[in-house]
This record gives sequence, structure tokens and C-alpha cells, in this order.
Amino acid sequence: MTDQATDSSETTAVNWFLRGMRGVLSVPAFILLFSFVGFGALCRESGLTVWAAALTTASLWALPGQVVLVGSMAAGVGFLATAIAVGLSAVRLLPMTVSLIPVLRAPGIARWKLFFASYFIAVTAWVVAMQRLPSLPREARFPFFAGFTVTLASSGTIVTAASFMLAANLPTLLSAGLVFLTPIYFLTSLFAAARLRSDRLALGLGVLLWPLFDWLAPSYALLLTGAVGGTAAYLVHRLTAEPAPAIEPAEATEP
Amino acid sequence: MTGIFETVPWGPLLFILLAGALPTQIFRWLGVVLAGRIRDDSEALIWVRAVATALVAGVIAQLVLDPSGALAETQLWVRVGAMIVGFAAFYLTRRQVLVGVLAGAATLLAVTALTGLGGPA
Repeated sequence: MTDQATDSSETTAVNWFLRGMRGVLSVPAFILLFSFVGFGALCRESGLTVWAAALTTASLWALPGQVVLVGSMAAGVGFLATAIAVGLSAVRLLPMTVSLIPVLRAPGIARWKLFFASYFIAVTAWVVAMQRLPSLPREARFPFFAGFTVTLASSGTIVTAASFMLAANLPTLLSAGLVFLTPIYFLTSLFAAARLRSDRLALGLGVLLWPLFDWLAPSYALLLTGAVGGTAAYLVHRLTAEPAPAIEPAEATEP
Repeated sequence: MTGIFETVPWGPLLFILLAGALPTQIFRWLGVVLAGRIRDDSEALIWVRAVATALVAGVIAQLVLDPSGALAETQLWVRVGAMIVGFAAFYLTRRQVLVGVLAGAATLLAVTALTGLGGPA
């Protein structure tokens, strides 16, 4: 949309952006925002200021890494050890970004747009994008994704700060229930978004392998789970599969 | 936190940016660079997506088996049982995510309310 951008294509982009914004009024977005209620409470228990809590959400935008960072700050862990621990928890964003960018890309899209979009890639955005983007026209995907994720990240930051300030009044059982929404939502929505058997296998293997790797090598448990579980799932899929169907063709009609 | 991060009032904010945001964003930038010319229907992408999915599955297991904060005060078997109930409800209702999430959370709250908190303090 560079040289041949016309009024109508810009209007369309704005419309897709607005539709993405409306995507925040959805089950996945609400569940994520609820889990930030739990995070705001965690920040307060950990002795952070409300500004530090809000900055953590706004600048990392990856809940597992945020939990690691706040835990390190509360325990007084040093700079380098904290950076490595947060970095390890963020390695998962690499394959997620590598797999999402080709779906997001439109012919001739400016490179800065992809870097901008990548800032917001996290589990919820990835799950929603992998579910919804393939059925949208190519030129609609970036504006839709931007509208959805910018709104989601802003809301997450506000929820973090608000729940930090209200956290003192929340009973433990309710906080636990809010935090529990995240894993059960991840499990069911990832299964629902899985189109290939390899994705479902990877999901099951990952859940089963993590305890093993956490026992063998706690610092690298997530990395090993991803690399071993994902590769095994791919190989099983490849070695036992009938000839692969066309994989998520962009123009396919929804099943 | 050590050194400069404790000497100035905005030290913790700087710490968050350098020890938190930077190590996180690096992997997203790297992902954009590596995505370069991978087509979205390529075989390599199926593998990469399986790796990403297994990683997130590891995060799920970690959140349930080794949680932090308030969830750590619930009992392990209740969390695992609530996950199984939630997934079963999701699967049996033709994959309604909302049904699964509500069934799982309701199980956790109900069983914990009946049997009490009891995880490690």
C-alpha cells in the first residue's frame, strides 16, 4: 500500500484497524485482561511501585517474562541473572514471531510495520492472529492485528495499574481463580486453533515433557520442552502422515 | 537489584527496561529478521509452529504445576483436576473455549472452597 495508496484503500485500512480494536471485546482478550488483574496484585505483593508495575506490562508485554522479572526484583537478583532469566522465558517469542510474520505480511508491506507488529506478539495475540488472520485478505491483516494488539496492550497496562491499586481488597481464592484463567485458556484456545495434527501433538507433548525437563534442567526447561516436543511432534506428523493437505492457504474459505 | 539501580529514584524503571524489556524484545526483532522470506505454507513453518506450540504448552504446565502468587496457595491435585475438567468440558461441547475456561475455573474455586487452601505458603 505504498505508491498506489488511494483514499479508498486507506479508508479500508482504518476500517480494519477499528475491527481489530473491537476484537478486544472477545473471550480471549477478557481472559488475558483478567490475568493482568492477578499480575497487578503480584506486583504489589512484590514491593514494586505502581509505575514500575505499569511499565513492566507496557514494555515487556509477555506475561511469563513479567512474572520472572518481578520475582527477580522481589528476590534482589542481580542485573545479569535477571536479564538471562527473562531472556530465556522470551525465547518462545522467536518461533512465534517467525511463524506469525509470514501470515501477517502483505506484498510490499513496509519493514517497519513488521517490527512494530512484532512488539505486540505474545501468546494471546498469536492465538487470535493464527485463528483469524488466515481468513482475512492480505492487506487487511496488518491493520486488523495493529488495532487488536495496540488496544489490548493499552488495556493490559491500565488493568495492571488499576488492579495494583485495588489489590489489597481481593481475597486469595479469587486471585487464584483469576491467575488460573491463563493456563486453562491457553490450553483450550491453542487446541481450538490447531489445524494440523502436529500442532495438537506438540501441545500434548509440551505439557507432558515440561515436568521431565524441569527436573533435569530447570533453567532450560521451557527451551528443551519447545525444541524436543515440537520437533518430535513434527517428525511424528511427517513420518506417519498421508500426503499433506494444502496448509492454511490464505484464500481458503473457512472450514 | 544492585549498584546504579538503587541509587536513583528511577533506578527500578531503568532496571525493568534493561533487564526485562530489552531481553524480551530482542527475540521478537530476531523473529522478524529470520521470518525474512519464509512462506506461510512452507514445511519449515510447520516445524517452527510446532516448536512454538510446545513451548507455550510448557508455559501451561509451569503455570499449573509450579505457579507463583495466589495460585501457589491452592493444592496441586486441585489445579491438575480443574485443568482436566476444563479441557473435558471444552472437548465435549464441540470445542467451546469459554465453556472449558469457566468449567475449569469453577472447579478450582469450588473444590478449593470445600477442601481449603493447602499449598505451600
